[in-house]
Amino acid sequence: MAEQVAFWVIAVILVGSSLTVVLLRDLFRAGLLLILCFFVVAALYVTLLADFLAVVQVLIYAGAIGVLLMFAVMLTRDLQHGNPFNRLNKGVLLLSLLLLAMIVGVVIGTDWPTYTEVPDIVEMPLQDPETGEAVQGSTSYIAKALFDPDNGWVLAFEIASVLLLAALVGAIVLLRRRENDRQ
Amino acid sequence: MSLGIEHYLILSGILFCIGMYGALAKRNAVAILMSIEIMLNAVNIDLVAFSRFLVPDAVVLTGHVFAIFVITVAAAEAAVGLAIIITVYGSRRSVDVEQMDVMRG
Repeated sequence: MAEQVAFWVIAVILVGSSLTVVLLRDLFRAGLLLILCFFVVAALYVTLLADFLAVVQVLIYAGAIGVLLMFAVMLTRDLQHGNPFNRLNKGVLLLSLLLLAMIVGVVIGTDWPTYTEVPDIVEMPLQDPETGEAVQGSTSYIAKALFDPDNGWVLAFEIASVLLLAALVGAIVLLRRRENDRQ
Repeated sequence: MSLGIEHYLILSGILFCIGMYGALAKRNAVAILMSIEIMLNAVNIDLVAFSRFLVPDAVVLTGHVFAIFVITVAAAEAAVGLAIIITVYGSRRSVDVEQMDVMRG
């Protein structure tokens, strides 16, 4: 019961805040609402038993990306123009509503299967098979899934670190003040 | 009616459509990036919901791992994207994507 109340409260706040992000003319307030949106998504992860991801969401999205977006908003203040829509506005709205109708139709029309077990993939049981207590925390299971020698994602993990390094160097190169710009 | 995977999929579908509307209909490049972040979040909700509901009494961790990679790539994308936007703003004093047409053929 508590889970359902939490879900509906989260869903209302999430849809409302993300709609406001898109519709608001003041970009600064839109950015703040986007950070609220990130926090609420973290709460949604908690209802899905993804505690580690909820923490990551708060740290990376609400913390790092949120602050980065706010800095970008402040560094590119375009007060005369605000945050207008382009001339595709009506067509894109129609397209989005069509896509939404299609998604809702497919989701409701599909009989989502469930399985008793999935072979070769790390699972976190909701209850400890020996003691019968509820399992607390998904972090160690995520580590097992990520670094499993046979079915893990070690190579993808290393590539992700290279990608982050490349993004870091790229951002620095783009924003570095050129020597001949000084005068 | 108890919560099923449909609730989460429809919620994330709504979020995805809101993000797509913003990403295609906005003129400010920073607003477009914000809308793309909303879309990425919607996809992450989908992944986590599937990993929760695929097996009723367990959590299949593949979706979590995938969501972590999506968050990593989103962080890199936001950093580089905002750096590009700030560079363009430095040279043209505008972040309006309709004016960024130097590469038009």
